Amino acid sequence: VSNGYLFVQEQTLRFLPLFHILISGKGLIMTKSAQLAPTLLSQMDEEIDTRKINNSFLRDHNYATEADIISTVEFNPTGELLATGDKGGRVVVFQREQESKNQPHRRGEYNVYSTFQSHEPEFDYLKSLEIEEKINKIRWLPQQNAAYFLLSTNDKTVKLWKISERDKRPEGYNLKDEEGRIRDPATITALRVPVLQPMDLMVEATPRRVFSNAHTYHINSISVSNDYETYMSTDDLRINLWNLEITNQSFNIVDIKPANMEELTEVITAAEFHPNQCNTFIYSSSKGSIRLCDMRASALCDNHSKFFEEPEDPSNRSFFSEIISSISDVKFSHSGRYLMTRDYLTVKVWDLNMESKPLETYQVHDYLRSKLCSLYENDCIFDKFECVWNGSDSVIMTGSYNNFFRMFDRNTKRDVTLEASRENSKPRAILKPRKVCVGGKRRKDEISVDSLDFSKKILHTAWHPSENIIAVAATNNLYIFQDKVN
Amino acid sequence: MFPKGTKRKFSDSREEPVAGGEDVNQSSLAAVRMLSSYSLQRQSLLDMSLIKLQLCHMLVEPNLCRSVLIANTVRQIQEEMTQDGTWQIMTQALSAANAAAQCSADRLVATEVLCRQTEAAQGEQVPKPFPVVGSEGCPAEEVLEEEEAAAAEVGMTMSTVSPQAPTSYLPGTFGMDPCWEEEETGEDDDDDEEEDSEECGSGSEGEERERDSLVEDTRTAEQVFGTFEIKNPAPSPDPALEELFSDVDASYYDLDTVLTGMQSVPKMGPYDLLESLSSHGPSPLSSSTSCRSDLNELDHIMEIIVGS
Repeated sequence: VSNGYLFVQEQTLRFLPLFHILISGKGLIMTKSAQLAPTLLSQMDEEIDTRKINNSFLRDHNYATEADIISTVEFNPTGELLATGDKGGRVVVFQREQESKNQPHRRGEYNVYSTFQSHEPEFDYLKSLEIEEKINKIRWLPQQNAAYFLLSTNDKTVKLWKISERDKRPEGYNLKDEEGRIRDPATITALRVPVLQPMDLMVEATPRRVFSNAHTYHINSISVSNDYETYMSTDDLRINLWNLEITNQSFNIVDIKPANMEELTEVITAAEFHPNQCNTFIYSSSKGSIRLCDMRASALCDNHSKFFEEPEDPSNRSFFSEIISSISDVKFSHSGRYLMTRDYLTVKVWDLNMESKPLETYQVHDYLRSKLCSLYENDCIFDKFECVWNGSDSVIMTGSYNNFFRMFDRNTKRDVTLEASRENSKPRAILKPRKVCVGGKRRKDEISVDSLDFSKKILHTAWHPSENIIAVAATNNLYIFQDKVN
Repeated sequence: MFPKGTKRKFSDSREEPVAGGEDVNQSSLAAVRMLSSYSLQRQSLLDMSLIKLQLCHMLVEPNLCRSVLIANTVRQIQEEMTQDGTWQIMTQALSAANAAAQCSADRLVATEVLCRQTEAAQGEQVPKPFPVVGSEGCPAEEVLEEEEAAAAEVGMTMSTVSPQAPTSYLPGTFGMDPCWEEEETGEDDDDDEEEDSEECGSGSEGEERERDSLVEDTRTAEQVFGTFEIKNPAPSPDPALEELFSDVDASYYDLDTVLTGMQSVPKMGPYDLLESLSSHGPSPLSSSTSCRSDLNELDHIMEIIVGS
């Protein structure tokens, strides 16, 4: 797959009043990060509904810990920024350290750039149900000016955030003094022109758009179109198309809700726009199928242009067949020629031109096939793992249990299992490949299936768009690894 | 006789329990294997699925994808059981038992439950998941007594018999309900939905009783997915419903009204089951319906009111 992966840094997010960064053995970086400290607090526009209720007691005492669980990870298109969203509705953006000649080994390290509360918990009074503030997805917009834009969404509402730097401020106002207090006009004897003076770098995040009230069901995906003007948001039964500028209307382009909810047997699990063709998108279902739709064909894309589904293997049939075939994530390759799907036990690569079966199938953790009943019992079988491509579409990566994640090289057909854990990660240490022992004698470094920790699951990973740098979210810890450079 | 404090864990016939190490009651497992392994596994899977569907009524809206997948699994099992005739036996026994025990509607599960299971000639035990209106107080002792009596009869089989008046339990929304307490003394209350369903799900294996339910497919699916829709409160001229609500604590209504601003009687979500009740004939809400989760909900709602 590569020469081997280095542990670069680990960032632990803690729910403390002061944002706290833990980086193993990198005291120097901690100091530097403190200077760059995310001072931002988001300035809410008036249009944002600030109705709040005190939600802290709606959760149990584990609130503080649970809020830190990372729920999404995403690099921006250049790889300079890395955004994470967590269960507490916060977004933390990391920025890559600039390369400097003095410290070439520091390349690839990410420091906190901005932190903001993207979503707040809400209460749906009509249904008497809570709306979680957990960030389900973050998608970056391509950069068009000095500011960065990202879309973040919880179950019901998508928000467009602008992250910008401010390193100058105007000084020398006539009507107010340096602290902002209004000056007594009688004391003003001369006029001056305010000048911009340098100030400490401040990174601000402001919500620019709020796209709400368009989804009855829980949003699971957002995807920005290649035209950079529109994006789509997907819930369990519908897909809506938005214009980034317009928040009070959206177009419904897919609706699979049956007239009679009793007949509901299939839901949408993920959707994505084609990277190069703004009229094409795909969506996956809980029955293991993928539909490709062309928006030019009709306004409502209930009829697909292509339908990808692999016929079921009768020898593997069980009561859990449908559940494990449910697709948890779907991603186009960067080239747009392939698409990748993740179901419970496998990752599959499909050629857009072949609908009958996948091009390649990779077993992520087939040793769990005999444990499906237990995994159904403890609900692990419903875990939604994501999958990612590397920049060149030659390697794919996905997570597993016990903080393991897997990489598959499509060309060499080699695969590797790595672990994201503090014990095994010392700075600059090379990750050791792990192996799960299925039966029989367990070798020294292997771990047996029964010893796997199913509470430690890696659902979210991200790959730098052009380099071999990966971000792996393990519960409330973010690990960043990079390819060893000789 | 089941020793207290241990859970009988459902395990695949050829595998070890997954990390977590629950105790397995060896003698019952051996007995279980004596019977038709496949149909029992299927039955257990059905039980588990039904429990999972019932535990949907949390404070946060349940995951639709998960509910759909579980419902499909239940449907699949049901189809298979229909094909090999077991389904007929069950439904017949069900109606027989119901006629005898005179407690049809009380045994209604939150109607997400498709069916109840029974073995051959055995009757039904009761606990029905019934997230409900009414805070009459939980006659936990009464429930426990019946559970114990039932447990005593259990022996080696999966289902238990009790021709007695219905007992009931609530899925532990915010903690284990009284029925489970006897068996799982060490469980923590936890608001986490996942853990709840996990606990109750695994608890159900520990319990030898079967869930009771009496609904057709269509209504089930509707109830499962009903929480995702805002329904117009159904006008209820049905005297049965009046009787139902005669037990309801008026103060609870006030909270409900304050909270939702809705004057209608049924609170959506956990109370969708009332719609099914009306179609299944009148029957007074048993005062023995557990309301533990109700009280917990009440507490939470009170905190909201007070907190704001």
